[in-house]
Parts: sequence; structure tokens; C-alpha cells
Amino acid sequence: MISMNSPEVLHAIAGGMLIGAGAATLLLLNGRIAGVSGILGNVLRDALGEQGWRVGFLLGLVVPAVILGTGHAQLPPHWYWAVGSGLLVGAGTQIGSGCTSGHGVCGLANLSTRSLVATLVFMTSAMLTVFFVRHGGVL
Amino acid sequence: MKFLTALCAGLLFGAGLLVSGMTDPANVLGFLDIFGEWRPQLAFVMGAAVLTAAPSFWFMRRRRRSLLGASADMPDRRRIDKPLLVGATMFGVGWGFSGICPGPGLVLLASGHGMAYVFMAAVIAGMWLVQLKRN
Repeated sequence: MISMNSPEVLHAIAGGMLIGAGAATLLLLNGRIAGVSGILGNVLRDALGEQGWRVGFLLGLVVPAVILGTGHAQLPPHWYWAVGSGLLVGAGTQIGSGCTSGHGVCGLANLSTRSLVATLVFMTSAMLTVFFVRHGGVL
Repeated sequence: MKFLTALCAGLLFGAGLLVSGMTDPANVLGFLDIFGEWRPQLAFVMGAAVLTAAPSFWFMRRRRRSLLGASADMPDRRRIDKPLLVGATMFGVGWGFSGICPGPGLVLLASGHGMAYVFMAAVIAGMWLVQLKRN
């Protein structure tokens, strides 16, 4: 178990503050919501629309990792695992209008009941999925 | 200008994802695995992010225009309908299988691992299929 003042928790809080500052910056200066699935989905849908800021945000998202590296990352064990998970993430975030950033961070910061419900639903279905995969003997 | 401010916002967000440890799916799955060796970090990340962003949302709900004069795009806060519930459920299942959501998925492209590219290609395909069905 991780203690409250462990480096992991301090990094989590510092990283969370940076994420919140990023969301605040996009809202205050661009008047837009920092929802990654929405921004990505709109880049795909609306190739001739208002793209400059979306491309800027997505580029900014990746640049720190290009410079600093991503460190340890436990990626899916098989390609079909990544495909199944990715299809559900892509389709689900389009149908549900948001992901962890749009509903989870921006929506909750905006005191949105809609986003609170979405966040509770995807947290629950994700926890159940992990439970069945890890403890349910599914695989 | 809109490009530069959005780039800065993205840089902060991307750096935050790296610092927080949320780009390692092991930390995300560790949070979601409440019956295993639970890792609480994701709760601290979300809590800190929400508290940091909340004053700006409060401010913009009243102002309705960005500091640079753009119209503020404030989403519906109340509507709870079937697409919201179905979509959130689907997203959660997909997220639970890999521990990767769209933000960290994009960041992980920088790792150069083929699996990150397979994942994001599938995310884009999933989004595209939904958009295709809508039109």
C-alpha cells in the first residue's frame, strides 16, 4: 500500500495540477474544453473546420513525451487485445461525448451532473472489466 | 494565436500526464483493480486536476467569452440520455481491458512501441465507425 506522502502520490498531485492548468489554459484563452476524445474525433470528422487549435493541443500533448520519453509503460499483451480495447474506447467516447479528460476532469470541474454520471458509469464498467479479467478467471 | 495558446495548454496537459504516472497503464489498471493491490494515484490526479481547473470553469460560466475574445464552448451540464450511458459503459470496458484512455494513448505514441500505434489506430477506427453511422 502506498502512503500519503510517497513520491507516487506527490507526483500524482503535481501531475494532476499540471493537467488542470492545461484544461484551465484552453478554457480561459481558447474558450474550449480540453477533452481529448472530442478534440481527436472532431479532427477526424471536420477536416475543413476550425482545426488550428485542435492540432495545436494534440501536438502539445505529445511533445513532452517526445522530449522526455514515456518511461515504463505496460502495453497490451497482444495486438487483438489492443484492437478490441481501442475500438471500444473510440466508439464509446464518441457515443458518450467524452472520456477521462472531457467528462472526468473538465466536466467535474464544471460541476456538470451529466459528466458526473458519465464518470461514475465508465469507472464502474472499467472496474468490473478489470475484476473479471484479473480475478474472474475469464482469461 | 489560437494555435499557440492551445499548444501551450496541450504541453501542460501532456507534461501532467507524464509526471502523474498516468501514461503507464499499470498505474491505471492498479487503480481500477480495487480487489487487487490497489494503487490510489489516479484519484489524486483527478482530484488535483479538477480542483485546479474548477475556478476557471466557474469564471467562464459567468463570462461566456474567453480572455482572447473567442466565444466559450460550454457543454450541456444536465442532459442524461441513453447515448451518454451506453457510450460511457463501452468506454469503461475498453479502458478496463488496456488501462489506456485517449490522452495517454496519444502520449504513448512517443514511446515508439507498435502496440501503442495499434491501439490508437483502433481508437480512430472506432470513432470513425460511429461518425459513419451517424451520417
